[in-house]
Amino acid sequence: MTAQTLAQKLIAHASGRASVALHDIVTCDVDLAMFHDSSGPRRLKPMLDKLGASIWDKSKIVLVMDHYVPEEDDDSRAILALTRDWARSQQLPHVYDSIGICHVVLPQQGHIRPGMFCVGGDSHSPTGGAFGAYMFGIGSTEMLGVVVSGQIWVKVPDTILMDWTGSLQAGVTAKDMMLHMVGLYGTNGANYGAVEYAGSAVDAMSMNERMTLSNMSAELGAQVGLIAPDQTTVDYLRQAGVTDTIDTQRWRTDPDAAVDRRRFDASALAPMVAAPHSPDNTCAVGDLPPTPVQVAYIGACTGAKLDDLRAAAKVLRKRKVDPSVRLLVAPASVQDQNDAMREGTLQVLIDAGAQVFATSCGACSGYGNALAGADNVISSTARNFKGRMGSADTHVYLGSPYTVAASALTGRITDPRSILAEAS
Amino acid sequence: MSLHKVWRVGANIDTDALAPGAYMKLGIDQIARHCLENRYPDLAASLRPGDVLVAGENFGIGSSREQAVGVLVQLGVKAVIAPSFSGLYFRNAYNLGLLAIVCEDAGRIPEGAQVGIDAAHARIRVWAADVADDGSALPPPLLELPCQKIPDFLIERALSGGLMRQLERQYLQTDT
Repeated sequence: MTAQTLAQKLIAHASGRASVALHDIVTCDVDLAMFHDSSGPRRLKPMLDKLGASIWDKSKIVLVMDHYVPEEDDDSRAILALTRDWARSQQLPHVYDSIGICHVVLPQQGHIRPGMFCVGGDSHSPTGGAFGAYMFGIGSTEMLGVVVSGQIWVKVPDTILMDWTGSLQAGVTAKDMMLHMVGLYGTNGANYGAVEYAGSAVDAMSMNERMTLSNMSAELGAQVGLIAPDQTTVDYLRQAGVTDTIDTQRWRTDPDAAVDRRRFDASALAPMVAAPHSPDNTCAVGDLPPTPVQVAYIGACTGAKLDDLRAAAKVLRKRKVDPSVRLLVAPASVQDQNDAMREGTLQVLIDAGAQVFATSCGACSGYGNALAGADNVISSTARNFKGRMGSADTHVYLGSPYTVAASALTGRITDPRSILAEAS
Repeated sequence: MSLHKVWRVGANIDTDALAPGAYMKLGIDQIARHCLENRYPDLAASLRPGDVLVAGENFGIGSSREQAVGVLVQLGVKAVIAPSFSGLYFRNAYNLGLLAIVCEDAGRIPEGAQVGIDAAHARIRVWAADVADDGSALPPPLLELPCQKIPDFLIERALSGGLMRQLERQYLQTDT
């Protein structure tokens, strides 16, 4: 058998083959289908009712309510009422209501494991790739196809291997790596292929940070963002209650497999920022002209996991947010929030002047209007397309949680390394 | 071959521009009114059934929300022709009955021109705005452009109205 990439191995397994060739179109069996209150029941139920069809395997469905919660208006209340009623009437076994953002809740609840083939009704579904699973986002109609059949087609993708050697400086994160790569290659630079992250800098990362890499693979236009599982993966999954055997040898790219390898030196990377109105409009924070901000936002699956909150706390400890700035923190999940509370991280943020918001998609999805009135926002989220976060008049800059916190302290977009240096 | 009026739009048209988040709670007819309003305020009201968009690269980047396809279907758009698409948008397009045609030379198609799309043979032919599409013989096209070959099962899906129509046929055994 010719050498295979991790992507090929995952697709071969899901399609019942020993191996697959690049660019083959194959039908795969789906191990898990996740959808949320925006893409899920409100779109699926009418179509299922019309077809008189039923769910192929309820044990493989996960429903997460995260987009329209907490309900702020009658439209949201109607959407959530429909979602909850449907979940009850279908007797779905895996339903997570208002406990966090789907891409973070799924692994925390032990649903994602190496070797799985998964789809999600959300574009940041590649987050699951951090665990060595083939997971990608699809629209609601395609989800309907999965829900009634348990299958989906996929074209075996080429793999771009992002090889990060060296180690990141203090105050530089997975988010900065992603902004750097999106800036280099553009928002469709991966051309719907597989991106795989490897090298000593990735090996050294926590699962939270790896999830940020896989998550923002969406901003590279990749179908999936894969990371081969290792002991760090196993430790996370055991903590999440996974008791299955986990194969860390099988789910990796063969040394001789055909990949497009791109090499990076992690130690040379500076904190990065994406200026309006695209995630690929990037530069080093230090190269940005002086930019005042009125709102600093730490939120979303991309930028408000426990490690993201910890990063912000390192910068904010014993300091106060500038009076010209509102610092908003929406932890990615209740578990992240509780962990941050228990260890004191959340209190550091509150003492610095942060306002804490619900553990939902919040301002990132633009479904509410939390940022109204701000000219400039620095945000730990993934996207800054015009109007994305509610108002077309708002200029959204993307940075790491360190950079967002540092900017909240000074009132202008700031390289966090200077503040971290003072602290030590 | 039926002809479709061309509306040119730029590169990197994202899903938030096509289906703005602020309107996502509403029905597709409501969202469609706001389609591309941040970039082309008059476009949604100008589109007529059968028209096509000719775009720059990376059409449909961003979210998985298929309303970003649905708004164009709602407005009667038959196809989007662009040098490249977001892969997720490309899948959603065929699932909802919109042709996403990958044409490297899309930039050569002028605003207001008319195009004929031969998806099965991966070709686009371009005629001037004033050529009558009344069933009479067409003059030779101004341009003929090659496109990327689309798998047959996807073309069939789009031309039959999308995946839901195909499933309706399968489940309800209707032939409509």
